[in-house]
Amino acid sequence: MINPALSDALADATERALAEAEIRLPPDVLAALQRAAEVESDEGARSELATILENVALAEERQVPICQDTGVPVVYITLPPDIPLSSAIYDGVREGVRRATVAVPLRPNVVDPITRRNTGDNVGLGMPAVHVTPGERFTVTVLPKGAGSENASRLGMLLPSQAADIPKFVAETMLVAGGRPCPPVFLGVGIGGTFDGAAALAKEALLLPVDTMDGYEQEICDAVNALGIGPMGLGGDTTVLAVKVKRADCHTASLPVAVNVQCWACRRATVEVRL
Amino acid sequence: MIDLVTPLGAEVLDLRAGDRVTLTGTIYTARDEAHIRMMEEGIPFTPEGAVVYHCGPVVQDGKLVVAGPTTSARMNALTGFLIDAGIRALIGKGGMGPEVVKQLRGRAVYLAFTGGCAALAAAHMNLKGVYFEDLGMAEAIWIVEVDRLPLTVGIDAHGDDLFEAVHEKAKTQFHQQFNIKQGTAL
Repeated sequence: MINPALSDALADATERALAEAEIRLPPDVLAALQRAAEVESDEGARSELATILENVALAEERQVPICQDTGVPVVYITLPPDIPLSSAIYDGVREGVRRATVAVPLRPNVVDPITRRNTGDNVGLGMPAVHVTPGERFTVTVLPKGAGSENASRLGMLLPSQAADIPKFVAETMLVAGGRPCPPVFLGVGIGGTFDGAAALAKEALLLPVDTMDGYEQEICDAVNALGIGPMGLGGDTTVLAVKVKRADCHTASLPVAVNVQCWACRRATVEVRL
Repeated sequence: MIDLVTPLGAEVLDLRAGDRVTLTGTIYTARDEAHIRMMEEGIPFTPEGAVVYHCGPVVQDGKLVVAGPTTSARMNALTGFLIDAGIRALIGKGGMGPEVVKQLRGRAVYLAFTGGCAALAAAHMNLKGVYFEDLGMAEAIWIVEVDRLPLTVGIDAHGDDLFEAVHEKAKTQFHQQFNIKQGTAL
C-alpha cells in the first residue's frame, strides 16, 4: 500500500532532525564539554577543548555542520498504535536523508563496500539503518555516525567468568584507539544479549542523556580517564566525557560486550512527525 | 607561534613536536582513494615543498562549507611515496604510525588540527580547484588556499611524536591499573 502523505511527513521530519543534529549539539553534550573545559588541568588539552567550543559556536552562527564527516544517519522511529509498519516508513526516511544531503548540506558518505562507488545521496543498500519500536508518539530520532569513532568501536565475546574484566575491555578499547576517534569521546557500552544485540545496545546507549552516570558507568569512565590520552590523543585529563551502559540478559555460556565509540560531537536530534 | 608559508622548505626541519604554528598558502586534500590514485597515476600537483591535508570536505556551489581533518592513521601505509616526492608537511588528526615517523625524519613534519572542528577550519580556507573529482566529494583532491591556519606540530623531523609519548604513558597506566603482565591483555 502506498501512502504518500505518511512518507512525505516522515521525510520532512527526518530532514529537520538531520539539520538540527548536524548543526547544533544537544544541550547535555555541550554542557559536558563546557564542564570538561573548566576542570581540565593540562594546558594543551584546555586549548583543544577551547577550540572545540569555538567550533561549536561558529557552526551554529554560520548554520553549517559541526564536522565535515556528517556521518551516516542511524535512524530510530517510534510508531504509535494507529500507524502500521509499512514500506512507506522506510521510503519516508530515505527521502528525508536525500533531501537533507542537498539542503544541510551533508557530505555523500555512502559507498559500495567493495567497489567503493559512492551512491551520491547517502542512501544505499541497507542504508540508512532504520530501527522501529512501538511508542506513544510518532517520532524520528537521528544519530549521524562519523567513521573516525565508529572505526575504533569493538565487540568482544567474553567468557562468563570475565564479568569483572568489562571495565578493562572498555579501557583497552580506548588504549588501542588513542587519538583516532577524536576524544574526548562518549562510550556506549552494550552488555549481554547476543553477538548482534550487544552492538545494537551499545549504539542505543549513545542516545541516553549524558548528564548523569550510575556508579558502574562512573567507575568505567574513571578507569578510561586515568589513561591520560586526552583531547585528540595529545594528553590530558579528559579522554571520555561519559560512559552509558545498556544491558540485556544473555546465554549462560556467553558474555557479549560491545563498545561503540562516539567522538565529542555526539550529534542526535528527535523530531515529532506531524501527519 | 611560528608562521609557515607554502611552498615549505628546510625551515620545517627546525620545528619541534609541541610547537604551535600557523600555515598560509596552498594545501591539497587527500584521503585513502586519492593516495591510491596518485600512486597509480602520479601526483597531479608539484610535490616539492607541498602540504597534504587529510580531509574530505563538504563542498557546495564551488565553496568549502566545512573542512576538518580526517583520521590520518588510515594513510599510514600510503604515505611514503609522498615524502619521497618532496612533500614537506602532512596535516591531519590522531597521529600516524611508526613507519611514517621514520619516513618524516630529516624531511618533513606532521601537523595536527583539532578533529571535528570543521567550521573553524573552513573559516581559514578558500577553495581554488580540484583534481580527481570523479572520486567524489570526500575523496577528491581539493586545492585549498589557507590563511593562518593554527596547527600543532604532532610529529617533527627529529623522530619526536607527541601521540606516541602519550600512548606509551597510557599503556603503562593501563597495565598498572588492571594488574596485567606485558602481553596478557584481553
